[in-house]
Amino acid sequence: MSSSQGPIASGSSHPKKSQRLDRVAIRFAGDSGDGVQLTGTKFTESTALAGNDLSTLPDFPAEIRAPAGTLAGVSGYQIHFASQDIRTPADQADVLVAFNPAALRACLADVRSGGLVIINSDTFTEKNFERAGYSEDPLPDARERFQLVEVPVTRLTLEAVRDLGLSQREAGRSKNFFALGLMYWLYGRPLESTFAWIESRFEGEVREANIRVLKAGYHFGETSEVFPVSFEVPRAKIEPGTYRNITGNTALAYGCVAASVTMDRPLVVGAYPITPASDVLHELAKHRSFGVKTVQAEDEIAAVSAAIGASFAGMLGLTVTSGPGFLLKQEAINLAVVAELPLVIVDVQRAGPSTGLPTKEEQADLLCALFGRSSDSPLPVLAPATPSECFSVMLEAFRIAVKYMTPVVVLSDSYLASSAEPWRLPDVAALPRQGIAFRTDPDGFFPYLRDTETLARPWAIPGTPGLEHRIGGLEKQDGKGNVSYLPENHQRMTDLRHAKIAGIVQDVPPVEPYGATSGKLLVVGWGGTHGAITTAVDDARAVGHDVASVHLRHLNPLPPNLGEVLRRFDRVLVAELNTGQLWRLLRAEFLVDAQSLTKVQGQPFRVSDLRSGIDRMLGVAS
Amino acid sequence: MSEPIAKLSKKDFESDQEVRWCPGCGDYSVLANVQRVMPELGLPRENFVFVSGIGCSSRFPYYMNTYGFHTIHGRAPAFATGIKVARPELSVWVITGDGDGLSIGGNHMLHVIRRNVDLQILLFNNRIYGLTKGQYSPTSRLGMRNKSVPMGVIDAPIEPIAFALGAGATFVARTVDVDAPALQDVLRRAHEHKGTAFVEILQNCPVYNDGEWAAIEDKKTRVDAGLPLEHGQPLVFGSKGQRRGIRIEHGVPTVVPLRDDEDPVAAGITVHDEKHESPAYAFALATLAPPVFPIPTGVLRAVERPSYERLLEDQVTGAIAARGPGSLAKLLHSGDTWTVG
Ligand code: SF4
Repeated sequence: MSSSQGPIASGSSHPKKSQRLDRVAIRFAGDSGDGVQLTGTKFTESTALAGNDLSTLPDFPAEIRAPAGTLAGVSGYQIHFASQDIRTPADQADVLVAFNPAALRACLADVRSGGLVIINSDTFTEKNFERAGYSEDPLPDARERFQLVEVPVTRLTLEAVRDLGLSQREAGRSKNFFALGLMYWLYGRPLESTFAWIESRFEGEVREANIRVLKAGYHFGETSEVFPVSFEVPRAKIEPGTYRNITGNTALAYGCVAASVTMDRPLVVGAYPITPASDVLHELAKHRSFGVKTVQAEDEIAAVSAAIGASFAGMLGLTVTSGPGFLLKQEAINLAVVAELPLVIVDVQRAGPSTGLPTKEEQADLLCALFGRSSDSPLPVLAPATPSECFSVMLEAFRIAVKYMTPVVVLSDSYLASSAEPWRLPDVAALPRQGIAFRTDPDGFFPYLRDTETLARPWAIPGTPGLEHRIGGLEKQDGKGNVSYLPENHQRMTDLRHAKIAGIVQDVPPVEPYGATSGKLLVVGWGGTHGAITTAVDDARAVGHDVASVHLRHLNPLPPNLGEVLRRFDRVLVAELNTGQLWRLLRAEFLVDAQSLTKVQGQPFRVSDLRSGIDRMLGVAS
Repeated sequence: MSEPIAKLSKKDFESDQEVRWCPGCGDYSVLANVQRVMPELGLPRENFVFVSGIGCSSRFPYYMNTYGFHTIHGRAPAFATGIKVARPELSVWVITGDGDGLSIGGNHMLHVIRRNVDLQILLFNNRIYGLTKGQYSPTSRLGMRNKSVPMGVIDAPIEPIAFALGAGATFVARTVDVDAPALQDVLRRAHEHKGTAFVEILQNCPVYNDGEWAAIEDKKTRVDAGLPLEHGQPLVFGSKGQRRGIRIEHGVPTVVPLRDDEDPVAAGITVHDEKHESPAYAFALATLAPPVFPIPTGVLRAVERPSYERLLEDQVTGAIAARGPGSLAKLLHSGDTWTVG
């Protein structure tokens, strides 16, 4: 339909046909001010309620207020949903909803050829072409390559709310609900949960406007002839249980609260705002009723220092940051290594050295976590593989920190932070409880006497009579814990610190390769690349390739059987979003001739990146 | 349980570690006086925590038989904030120096004071870097020459008291390492204060900056070089025949000579008010410095403001009162959920 035609075709009251699909990926894109993220989130919620498996990925512009209509200001949100198990937000979108020419320009390359492209035709003006950097009208070309549907969204929105007495600007703000309503119709989604949300969130005319526009979008789909069919993606077969959608950052925060509850110890959080980790602080700050004390510190150093202080005083100390902040914290983390205090440091990795690409994806802080402190300073490193796994990783991180009296680094990343998936809620009553045994007996107490099994020193907290003692960054005399400058003692303490961290391996489960236990090719990954890697392995196996994968949650210590597993395969490919950090580590550790597949574009792996990597390793043409 | 508090003595606060400052260092006197005051404060020994950064004075916690944490350079206020936030019932003392507290740690000092965390901060000001063997510090006088400035210091020094007041300090005091009674008095007052108590201790480093505070350390010259502050008393100093007073008008101080028998108040000498609502008064006192003025000692400012860890604790109890203690199951099930099977 062209934008000059009337918006609602008359007479098409009979129901349209519905077509079944296995899976669909939709990308919403527009200016930061267009409400794209909201549209995406609401569509995701109703998709989850409709019983599909799903995976989502928002894509924020780095500038908060980039000029309207420009490429720099494009905000995107992709949702992939299916009637079967899926693990990535999809390489290519089947549908693009573009609110303006800049969004079209930024996203068209990611749309499958022949895919559906819905635009708000009211924004496709000469002026906006120029802003978006188009030298000519892009639509004729788009019509050739895609199913282009031009909908005058702005005009239809204004029409729907004309009698409400809202200003043009206010009324225009509802237009994302038009797009949402249209997509609801197209994929047979119920409107109720969104109505309820609008009711709870808005008041007066604005509430009325949003409801009307949502309905108008829905009815437009139903009655307009541009959409001859709607689609149906049947429910996925999903393990029974109660589900909710969760992003990595929210799961991280919940994991911290859960650690506090299951260990029966209050949480003290020291944090300094930094993208993309701030949402963890925001979430934790809501939970004072769990005894969570968040301290927004003056800087990254103070944030970690306060967390260590709290830990010295007997609380669960946490600090949350991203790359640049992680570096600033390293000296304080070194103190926690020597003082042997429990502490959890979350680094939600982002792209690039220095400020880099603050909102973009990379996993390049691994070697920094392992070796980025002065001297020999070992500590355990964990990495969640999926948004929901952030929850259990935090529980594990706190358990290790307390059991072994050590700082623990958790490496999340910006993709995990903001992407969402359905999460089967754990049974809270069944979560393992781990009470904390502080040292209270003064008899024979020394601050650096070690538990024979874990090599952990006692946690003796201020306020305990008879255990007064001093700790600090100066090298400690083995056992007694007094300052010691003796050469043999430093050797011994360095060895002990190493042995303690290496000994955590007793709590690290062996890895089980996915796909096959041995064979031609093993793909090794870690962190947020899990979905893309396992999907690529599935796809490759489906066409008969002998390939398997291992995904590492424990980066230090590495799983006990990893070396043996690597040797079961003819070839090993280490896939990661950096220039080969885990690859170097595995070669050094196990003397295997592993190859490296890397990508540093600020974007997650596409399944196709991995498929071609696999094909290359197997010597088959892709 | 804890030993009866009354029975504690100075000895109970001495650790078994050999004290390793240079002979004649002002730190010895401060340590002895802190150990002497501790038993009087009415707290069991295990409730004291001494936290320090890096520098000569930062070895202090090792010599106190209390809980102690010798942390990293400049960050002691941040560690102490974490400790106090975690356990408001502990008495937390920060030991720092002019380099540790005002150079590398200046940012943390600013923020801990502004938050008014209930800590005692003892800043040992010897106007030199001692541990690293004699470089100039942020409080060193202009023109001072040493290894790192052979041609003389050209960056203007910072006045610790003025810094603290600028940060919104609720309690600011100054005392001298060797003036035992005055030092003890200030320590008691600092402990009583609910909020950040910032105490500058003028400390001699006989090795790298000997005699920096000689005039006020020496009992004979102290009467003329110092201005002991007492709440409600006029600002009067000086020996017999040299009696003078300080008048502060519109924030500008002047020295007014007084006859030995003259009524200072009638002569327009300012009466010390440590509770003055405006910090401007204390700030005027903080600007007093030789050679024109005496050095004020004692409590310059002591006002009430809720402390950070209390307010935070109140938020926790408030949230629990309003919503009940947090339920993990409820939290996980918040928002839209759906059930399969
Ligand atoms: S160098 Fe100076 S301040 Fe440091 S211990 Fe020696 S005398 Fe004291």
